[in-house]
Amino acid sequence: MRASLFITCYNDTLFPETGRAVVTLLERLGVGLEFRPQQTCCGQMHANTGFRTEAFSQARRFVRMYQDAETVVIPSSSCVAMIRDQYPGLFEELGDETLRRQLAALVLRVHELSEFLIDVLGVEDVGAYFPHRVTYHASCHGLRSLHLADRPARLLAKVRGIDLVPLPNLDRCCGFGGTFSVKNGEVSSAMLAVKLQDVASTCAEFCTALDNSCLMHLGGAMHRQYAGMRTIHMAEILASTESAPAEALK
Amino acid sequence: MTHAVADHPVLDPTVAPPFPVAALPVLRNPQLRKNVAHAMDVIQAKRARLVEEKADWQALRSAGAAIRDHVLENLGAYLEQFEERCTAAGGVVHWAADAAGARRIVLEILRAEKAAEVIKIKSMTTAEIQLNPYLEAAGVGVFETDLAEIILQLGREEPSHIVVPALHVNRSQVREIFARSMGIRDLSDNPQALTAAARNYLRRKFLTVPTAISGANFLIAESGGVAVVESEGNGRMCLTLPRTMITVAGIEKVLPRYQDLEVMLQVLARSATGERMNPYTSLWTGVTPGDGPQRFHVILLDNGRSQILGRKTERQTLRCIRCAACMNACPVYRQTGGHAYGSVYPGPIGAILTPQLMQMHHAQSLPYASSLCGACYEVCPVKINIPEVLIELRAQVTDQERRQVRRFFDPMYLGMRMAGLLLSRAWLFHAAQRMGRLGLRFFTGKDGWIHSLPGMGAQWTQTRDLRGMPGETFHEWWTKHKKEAR
Repeated sequence: MRASLFITCYNDTLFPETGRAVVTLLERLGVGLEFRPQQTCCGQMHANTGFRTEAFSQARRFVRMYQDAETVVIPSSSCVAMIRDQYPGLFEELGDETLRRQLAALVLRVHELSEFLIDVLGVEDVGAYFPHRVTYHASCHGLRSLHLADRPARLLAKVRGIDLVPLPNLDRCCGFGGTFSVKNGEVSSAMLAVKLQDVASTCAEFCTALDNSCLMHLGGAMHRQYAGMRTIHMAEILASTESAPAEALK
Repeated sequence: MTHAVADHPVLDPTVAPPFPVAALPVLRNPQLRKNVAHAMDVIQAKRARLVEEKADWQALRSAGAAIRDHVLENLGAYLEQFEERCTAAGGVVHWAADAAGARRIVLEILRAEKAAEVIKIKSMTTAEIQLNPYLEAAGVGVFETDLAEIILQLGREEPSHIVVPALHVNRSQVREIFARSMGIRDLSDNPQALTAAARNYLRRKFLTVPTAISGANFLIAESGGVAVVESEGNGRMCLTLPRTMITVAGIEKVLPRYQDLEVMLQVLARSATGERMNPYTSLWTGVTPGDGPQRFHVILLDNGRSQILGRKTERQTLRCIRCAACMNACPVYRQTGGHAYGSVYPGPIGAILTPQLMQMHHAQSLPYASSLCGACYEVCPVKINIPEVLIELRAQVTDQERRQVRRFFDPMYLGMRMAGLLLSRAWLFHAAQRMGRLGLRFFTGKDGWIHSLPGMGAQWTQTRDLRGMPGETFHEWWTKHKKEAR
């Protein structure tokens, strides 16, 4: 099995440890990984803020770059949702038939990390060890756009040593919403405050998710408030073993 | 103890402050936020129970969407059919291009009737055209008959929800409003005492005012009939006692057949109030001698709707049946309540409907009043993809504004253009990462976190820290990692 890793712009820049964990995890499972350093961004930020011209060019760039890839793995559900939900409309508006056809062929081979593990590799037990109390935050895109359903829970349940606590109001947004978090900073913070109460009620050490964007939002507030808990991308939990624990634990 | 009264909310998009500003009074009012969240929890739990018991719920939603889409595709034909059948049944159909036109028609009818007073059934469409203040200015006494609308009218409050418009007013405030405006001493805040007071007040209106105004939940093309659903029976009273009935309805409210109510009433009641069936469903067609109003007018209101109809992505907005499930599910509405939207239509549907009814003037902040979480789309009984429409409207706002000179150096526009350029070439992106790392070092504390940023970044750091940028990007690590592996 060969897969191409699309790490996404903000993981590359702000959360390289997530990328390293994906590499560790997938190589351990026998996946031949390749990485194309020319990659930048899927265009989600521009598309969702209304900057369609910029989003077009990034979407086109993504499709052209990966059209020959066997499989593309992306450790970010909102970026996968961007590709599946918004690229077709963008290309239709652009009137580019070639791109539309290339996308239609490519999109079936684009997978979010938990989809790739369960649907493509067919594994639930990835051989991870993470002896900590963890709660899982379902990002809105993973929940409502990708319909990840119980995939994340199934993967986490097989992690040895983990103490998994369900998060109340799992289907409620954390208030990040990309540029929403700065354009509507106060409302976003009010939503965040409510979400943090739910997270705190689990008494978990770690809040995990399949989107570092939500986690940046939650983790930023946890750090500000000395909340005594941290965020960690699920890839890092799944990559963690007894001999090579997650970087966050060092 | 009484709270200081916050600035009176403005529900007119032409003058209302932008959403982030208008949201502040509620965000700073813990009691109000608790009340809104509690009300939303109650309605949502009821809805969830009743949706769960319908094994064919998703099929019902699809049927609802299909019926509404079919209507929108053939709207002209169905409206003409409605006009013909309604006229044949003894009704008088009027067409209004905009709010001012509709208001004028209502007033002309009232003048012809020599009506000095009217009673009203709860109606969003008459709120949209701001009918009450117009009629009052013309010397007509307007009396709302829905309990929540009475509270708002007597208390000079603004609606904050389309189905439960007075949810922001608590019981003791209702007591105070009723005691003051109805002149009742020693009124308790017991709900039974309050409804008894309202009933007493209403009885006099029902028995003395011979003219009524309603909205419509649905218009039936094949019969020329009108349907209104309600919970209290006040609507039924307005439909049976008065001599004259005036219905104001948006042109999109039409359904082809009586039978289509089978689907629409099932999804509407469950979505709106969490009931299998709403307590009162009234259907009336034209005029029946000796029974009910003897003069019946329908005003079909366009007010921007036919423009929405012509747009591919936005057209689905007109499927809306005003159930409010989207605002009940919305995590933004949950924190801000309805007044922040500066329109009689709040919540996710308001965020897409209001700007479109305003031809995108005066409503620039509304398409951005959403984290695009998709909870609204998930619950919508007619499957309006609200996030998709929000993104479309954001693109229109941006396309308009980015051409303006004053926006050229606006930090958001400048930043987004820059980012677009940097993300278009890997070498530029990588150079920007290195620059960013250097630049952010200045703001990064000893603990490796950023606690305060200038400009737009301050909107982030007002409540959140940001981890400092790591010393190595992923692609830098990968290049090294692969070299070592070789």
